[in-house]
Amino acid sequence: MRTLKFLLEKEFKQIFRDKGLLPVIFIMPLIQLLIMPLAANFDIKNINLAIVDHDYSPYSKQLVAKIASSGYFRIVSYNYSFPSAVHEEIESEKADLILEFPDKFEERLIKEGMQPVYIAADAINGTKAGLGSNYLNTIIADFNSEIRLKLLSQQKLNTGIELRSSNWFNPHMNYQLYMVPGILVLLVTMVCGFIASLNIVKEKEVGTIEQINVTPVKKWEFILGKLIPFWMIGMIDFTLGLLIGRLVYGIIPVGNLFLLYAFLAVYLVALLGFGLLISTYSDTQLQAMFVAFFFIMIFMLMSGLFISVDNMPSWAKVIARMTPVTYFIDVMRMIVLKGSRFSDISLSLLKVAGFAVVLNGWAILNYRKTA
Amino acid sequence: MNEKAIICKDLTKRFGDFVAVDNISFDVSSGEIFGFLGANGAGKTTAMRMLCGLSYPTSGEAAVAGFNVFTQQESIKKNIGYMSQKFSLYESLTVRENIRFYGGIYGLTNQELKEKGDELIAKLNMGNESKKMVGDLPLGWKQKLAFSVAIIHQPKIVFLDEPTGGVDPVTRRQFWDLIYDAADSGITIFVTTHYMDEAEYCNRISIMVDGRIDALDTPANLKKKYSAETMDEVFYALARGAKRTAD
Repeated sequence: MRTLKFLLEKEFKQIFRDKGLLPVIFIMPLIQLLIMPLAANFDIKNINLAIVDHDYSPYSKQLVAKIASSGYFRIVSYNYSFPSAVHEEIESEKADLILEFPDKFEERLIKEGMQPVYIAADAINGTKAGLGSNYLNTIIADFNSEIRLKLLSQQKLNTGIELRSSNWFNPHMNYQLYMVPGILVLLVTMVCGFIASLNIVKEKEVGTIEQINVTPVKKWEFILGKLIPFWMIGMIDFTLGLLIGRLVYGIIPVGNLFLLYAFLAVYLVALLGFGLLISTYSDTQLQAMFVAFFFIMIFMLMSGLFISVDNMPSWAKVIARMTPVTYFIDVMRMIVLKGSRFSDISLSLLKVAGFAVVLNGWAILNYRKTA
Repeated sequence: MNEKAIICKDLTKRFGDFVAVDNISFDVSSGEIFGFLGANGAGKTTAMRMLCGLSYPTSGEAAVAGFNVFTQQESIKKNIGYMSQKFSLYESLTVRENIRFYGGIYGLTNQELKEKGDELIAKLNMGNESKKMVGDLPLGWKQKLAFSVAIIHQPKIVFLDEPTGGVDPVTRRQFWDLIYDAADSGITIFVTTHYMDEAEYCNRISIMVDGRIDALDTPANLKKKYSAETMDEVFYALARGAKRTAD
């Protein structure tokens, strides 16, 4: 244990003397946390809508007015024909959606009780197209029931089932509330993942590892000597991130902070084990950097931060379940937003602990003092 | 000097088809200064790494400080010091901190660390530099410090891989004074060098050619045997026969 003390002393001195590393560890993640959540907003406003109205009736005007007043849409143009709308508005990216009212829209609506309108979406920007046509559908459906009520008021009132949904735990559908905890997990993962993967390989490059290998230092002592400082950095980064979440975004964890930190503690051991494993396999820092980057990319895209794991095809779900980040993002959201308790996250905790044991065991095994 | 610090019999290291070290056999007595010579690429460093427990031999037998190089590497490591070709102290730690770190991981007590540190800094005349980063020191100073750190735990044997490469003649002389001091205190010295004047300082030397040891004796006997005036001539006579191209 005394050896470990000397290893830690050395490691901390090296980290705090590295003037290039300190800002990367402590300043950069915080700046990203201040910027990224503001950009990663799926709540789409200002969808540009082109109108093609062949009817020009009170009803079509009413519907357009209703759409315009919803706050989601900006009516960019009125076109005389659908092809002209496509050429002039969609192709020049002035509009994202076209709404076309057919001729005799109002007349048929009253006579026949129904009349389709046509919505065309520019699917190049998939999210905008999808959400835009969804919003539009909702508004039209609403409009639909309004006129139906008006037309049928003389007759018997239809007693249908009305669907109303409310968003629990995030009632205002605030995307920051949803994204900030996830982004924080990702930032901690990136910082700790990179510094751990570059560390041992740096000693290989400089040649100091050979001097360590010729001493009686035990392998687990050496790995632990690397792991503990980075673990503490992860804890500090996470704490700073939570503070920013609270001060800037007003996110106050609903659940037990102690439970959150307990999970973080285990998660960091798993993550750092992974980084050190990369480090033991690599010969140069450049190589380690690329390998780490490759995996961090997978972590970013597959962990459920941007794409819900439930929506993934089954093979992708397998990959998502193989990355510890997925569990932490999930647990983070559960504890911070829902106030989940130990029994809710215990399975995830167990799995991440499994990752920690396997990855670190592997790293210790693969680090050879005698080649 | 009867006790053997290193016993090496038919030690071989192959990398695929390439035989880096080819059946070398020699003994080194305790307290001896043993010069391990050879051209670049002759296999010196590979042989030394096997003896230090950094690399598994392919075949043969060897014992260092009484421990087997196949099975007891970690016991060997407790009893040896090693100074590699590449400078390997931590450049972002000060002189004092490097001494403390390496002393510490070799298990010196706090009391010993303090005493050894003071003694070493005084001996190396580094009183003014003790708080400087090692990376800022001139090469000669670094090498002297690296050697002193390699023997801080008073090992039985110290392995030095070209310790004076690139060092000026005055500092080389000082370096050999340190080696003699260490030998006087009972440490066996195993040293590789390309400087033939340094070879003369050794008790015995071996000369490696193409992975084999072609000559092994005292410098005086070798000169007699090859009817040479200097060690330079002995080295030329042997190394000229090498087939292997230098690294």
